Amino acid sequence: MILEIVIILLIIGLVFNLLGSIGILRFPDVYTRLHAGSKCATFGSIFTSLAVVVYGSAMWYTQDSMVYADMVIHTVIAVICLLITNPTGAHAIARAAHRSGIMPIRAVVDRLKEEK
Amino acid sequence: MPLLNFIVTVIACLIFYLILTAGSGTDILIWSWQQFAVGILFSLVVGMVGRNVLVGKDLRMVNPRRWVVLIVYLGPFFLEMAKANIDVAIRIITGNINPGIVKIPTNLKTDLGITMLSNSITLTPGTLTVDVDEKTRELYVHWLDVKVKEPETSESVSGSLEKWIRRATE
Repeated sequence: MILEIVIILLIIGLVFNLLGSIGILRFPDVYTRLHAGSKCATFGSIFTSLAVVVYGSAMWYTQDSMVYADMVIHTVIAVICLLITNPTGAHAIARAAHRSGIMPIRAVVDRLKEEK
Repeated sequence: MPLLNFIVTVIACLIFYLILTAGSGTDILIWSWQQFAVGILFSLVVGMVGRNVLVGKDLRMVNPRRWVVLIVYLGPFFLEMAKANIDVAIRIITGNINPGIVKIPTNLKTDLGITMLSNSITLTPGTLTVDVDEKTRELYVHWLDVKVKEPETSESVSGSLEKWIRRATE
C-alpha cells in the first residue's frame, strides 16, 4: 500500500520534471524558459520529496526508529528552503535579464519597458 | 528593545537547532543533553552577533496567531500552484503562449508582505515577478498568458493570495 503511494508520487514528480526540461527547449526566450525550468521543476521536486516523507513516516510508524524521523524532518526543511530560495533566484535572473536589455519575445504588452 | 531582539533571536535559533537534531538521544525528551548544550551555546553566540538582522523594524511576526494564518495559507497556495502547474504543462506540450509584462497594484503595507506576495507569484507557474516599484507598491509581473492588460487588483494574477497575506502580516 505504502509502496504504491510512493511510486505514484514519484511518477507525478518525474512527469513534471520532464515537462520542465521539455519546456526549456521549446519556449522562445529567457522569461518563458524560467517559467518552465524553475517552477515545473520545483513542483516535481516537491512531489519527489513528498514520496520520501510518506515512505519515512511509514517506516517510522512500523519500525519505531528515530533514523526515519530524522529523514522526514530534514526533507521537510529542505522543501521549505526550496520554496524560499527558488522564486528568489528566478526573480533575480528575470530582473537582471530585463535590466541588461533582453526584451520578452512575442510579448503583447510590456509595461516595465514603457515606464523606464 | 535590543534585549528583546536578542531573546527572540536566541529562542528562534534554538528551536530551529532542536528541530534539526530531533532524535539524537533520550536524555531530555528526544534530544541528548550534549545537543541541548551545544544548541544553547550557539544560539547565544548567534543572538549576540545577529540580533538586528533576523528581527526587523518590529516584532509583529512573533505573534503565534500570524503563524497559524501562515500555515493555513499553504492550503490555498498549493491549490493555486497545482492548477497553474497543470495549465503550464498543457502550454508546454501545445506551445500555445501569449506572454507579456503587466503592472499590478497591491495594497500591502509591509515589506515582508510584498516579499511574500512576489515570491508566491513567482512560485506559481505562469507568473513571474520581474521588478517592484517600492514607492507605489506595484509589481511588474511577466505573465505567460495575458488575460487582462490592465489589472485593477492582484485578483486576476494571483487569486485570493493577497487577502491571505494581508491577514498574516498586517
